[in-house]
Amino acid sequence: MALLSVTRLTKTFGGLTAVSDLDMEISRGELVGLIGPNGAGKTTVFNLLTGIYPPTSGQIVLDCDGKPRQIGGLRPDKISKAGLARTFQNIRLFKNLSVLDNVRIAMHQNVRYGVLSGFLHLPSYMREEKRVREESLALLDIFNLASKHDEMAGNLPYGEQRRLEIVRALATKPQLLLLDEPAAGMNPAETAQLTSTIAQLREQFGVTILLIEHDMSVVMTICERIYVMDYGKLIAHGTPDEIKADPRVIEAYLGEDIDNA
Amino acid sequence: MAAKAGKFFTNHPAVRKLIILIAIFVLVQVLIWTDIISAYLQVTLMTICINIILAVSLNLITGFTGQFSLGHAGFMSIGAYACALITMRMPTILGFLLGILAAIILSGIVGMVVGLPTLRLRGDYLAIATLGFSEIIRIIFVNLEITNGAAGLSNIPQFVNWPWIFFFTAGTVLLINNFLKSTHGRACISIREDEIASETMGVAATRYKVTAFIVGSCFAGMAGALYASYFYVIKPDYFGFLKSIDILIIVVFGGLGSISGSILAAVVLAVISTLLQSFADIRMVLYALLLIIIMIFRPQGLMGSKEITMDLFRKFSKGLSLNKKKERV
Amino acid sequence: MEQFLQQLINGLSLGSTYALIALGYTMVYGIIKLINFAHCDIYMIGAYVGFYCLTLLNLGFVPSLLIAMAICTALGVAIEKIAYKPLRNSPRIAVLITAIGVSLFLEYGMVALVGAGVQSYPEMTGFIATKINLGDITISMMQVVIVGVSVLLMILLQFIVKKTKMGKAMRAVSLDADAARLMGINVDATISFTFMLGSAFAGAAGVMVGMLYKSIRPLMGYLPGIKAFVAAVFGGIGSIPGAMIGGYFIGLVEVMVSGYVNSLYKDAVVFAILILILIIKPTGLMGRAEREKV
Repeated sequence: MALLSVTRLTKTFGGLTAVSDLDMEISRGELVGLIGPNGAGKTTVFNLLTGIYPPTSGQIVLDCDGKPRQIGGLRPDKISKAGLARTFQNIRLFKNLSVLDNVRIAMHQNVRYGVLSGFLHLPSYMREEKRVREESLALLDIFNLASKHDEMAGNLPYGEQRRLEIVRALATKPQLLLLDEPAAGMNPAETAQLTSTIAQLREQFGVTILLIEHDMSVVMTICERIYVMDYGKLIAHGTPDEIKADPRVIEAYLGEDIDNA
Repeated sequence: MAAKAGKFFTNHPAVRKLIILIAIFVLVQVLIWTDIISAYLQVTLMTICINIILAVSLNLITGFTGQFSLGHAGFMSIGAYACALITMRMPTILGFLLGILAAIILSGIVGMVVGLPTLRLRGDYLAIATLGFSEIIRIIFVNLEITNGAAGLSNIPQFVNWPWIFFFTAGTVLLINNFLKSTHGRACISIREDEIASETMGVAATRYKVTAFIVGSCFAGMAGALYASYFYVIKPDYFGFLKSIDILIIVVFGGLGSISGSILAAVVLAVISTLLQSFADIRMVLYALLLIIIMIFRPQGLMGSKEITMDLFRKFSKGLSLNKKKERV
Repeated sequence: MEQFLQQLINGLSLGSTYALIALGYTMVYGIIKLINFAHCDIYMIGAYVGFYCLTLLNLGFVPSLLIAMAICTALGVAIEKIAYKPLRNSPRIAVLITAIGVSLFLEYGMVALVGAGVQSYPEMTGFIATKINLGDITISMMQVVIVGVSVLLMILLQFIVKKTKMGKAMRAVSLDADAARLMGINVDATISFTFMLGSAFAGAAGVMVGMLYKSIRPLMGYLPGIKAFVAAVFGGIGSIPGAMIGGYFIGLVEVMVSGYVNSLYKDAVVFAILILILIIKPTGLMGRAEREKV
């Protein structure tokens, strides 16, 4: 069974149809891309998947331990607990909190002690806090951020903030990771490094990845399959080579052929 | 020998806290016995401690979880009346303790009733809704027979002395501080920072907002019970909008998001208030100006969201020692 | 039946004053998303200015009304410039606290100046003091004047908002201040103008309430302020017609509860309405829901 199965997903805001009849399927271990011109509805799809908006109609089904689970319309925290994590297009780190705290908050759903233990600092608190701290620092270390764990997240340079966003999402121990334009605002060197980082994420963390990106050097290099959206609809779907040659995709990005106008 | 003790002090936070607490307790108790803290000053001392409990609990809701509550005094009044009604019928230590327990539980329940529907609302709406609830509570108390209406209750048995108030105040600060250092406290803080991001990271935002609100209300109720058991007279008017504002001023002045700030501010404002005793009319005007000036020029208050901790002292003393000769490494 | 009609009349005149105050809340909230806690105190100041005009300066009703409106206008603009403008880009909680500060400053400043006690408006003479008797119902001319003046002011407001350039600017800034600025609208001036209108109306309400109910005191603004705010929320905060409808609704409800149920609980009922609205439909009768872009 597919990890994520989206059927006829639609979202309207009043008179505006942001996403229309979208079908998508992602299998475990894949690295899939979602591209399209600005305003095509890609981030809206992410918002629907992560529970920030409820769908107007359509289904979103996630494979949870072999059982299919309807996650369309659930609360974001429930969807996160089901195994879906995301990064945001405009970084939404907790800027006034430390790097370490950003990660520890993402670990919250996997911490095993109750409010009472929180008040009294019982042994379960001591034990779990130690584990959370160690795991958080280890995760930060993989991404070369461990030395800055005490810094305020807002003080990090842009590239590191983007990395921290990814670390935070990974700390929720997701099955499926949604990356929303992770390369935005990066120069070619940073982009190249990000590209190899994303490619490694699969092996290192066993996550399936769905990626929104405008930078084609990233998408074409690492994505195995690509979905293309325009005006809320799916207009093409295939391998990078197929997409590159698809006239509908070319038209969506570059407009109609001058001869036909 | 002194160096060893000093090192032990700095490296064991739990022991350090215990020593500081015992020291404060003993010091003040001695000052009371020797009448250096006179009966008049004791009133100020009690007021400070009750305000610390109120400010720290409001800070949990407003400063740390970011939920603007203007109804904190309403929960204080529930606790005050609950405790008073019990101790007036059972004027023993047991009655007092039962009164405190009842105060905590009752305020918590009302906190849940108020919080569940209103915490879905945004900042300004939430503020007005909590204000509304607090006023409804006050009007109910004014019109109930058992609470003796607008005349209130008097001759409430007095049980609170320095040891009791110290126990409850220190307990409040310790418990809330512990909570904030736990994953549940961090969840609350993340809601304040960015609710949507927080939810996406797996934090059940509404549940934690309500939790913080209930916890805050419980402590406010406890403060009310202590107030009733020391000042022995309570009237509905004591716990109106103005009292909620009083507490808010302490929290804002000390810094939304700083426990030590709330403690500091409670002390400073009580001192200022005592100094301004003879100018009662001007007091509110000055407080109002203080609020406006703080929000425009230093909205983070005294401490911002920082705490007075050993780290602060370390940084401070490092700065000092760098001026002397280089230490031997 | 006759008691009902009497209550209706009382409710309409009370509702008019609530509507006038509610308009100030709703316009300011619509334009800068602030609950102006100090608004009800401008209403109080209006009442006092009217009082001094009538007693110290021996002016008539109309001049007193106009002077009170003028002074309140100036006060409202001053408050905006001094206390709210510096915080335009601050988190909402900061402005809210500042507004509370301004409100307390006005209330207790007044207490320090004139004492906390009640002052009385002088007895009205002449035309305004007449009463119309229809059987068991008494309509005082003052009530008619209140409703009349209020309706007049509301019509004037509708005209300003719908038909003038400034009104268009007000509507633009409440929708999107940045876009309005880019279109060449002077956002600061528009905001000031909004405060002017709201404060003028509140001042008028203050004078007329003083004349009708006779007694004024420095803390008189608090309760009417909250009720007018409930009225604004009921009608949909940010909506001018909503505030008008809300004002009359709350006025009528209060009078009916007072007359038919129990006057002790009339205030609690208004608070309960507030909570019900916030829980069931926070956008009120005519309000728009706001959406955060993610």
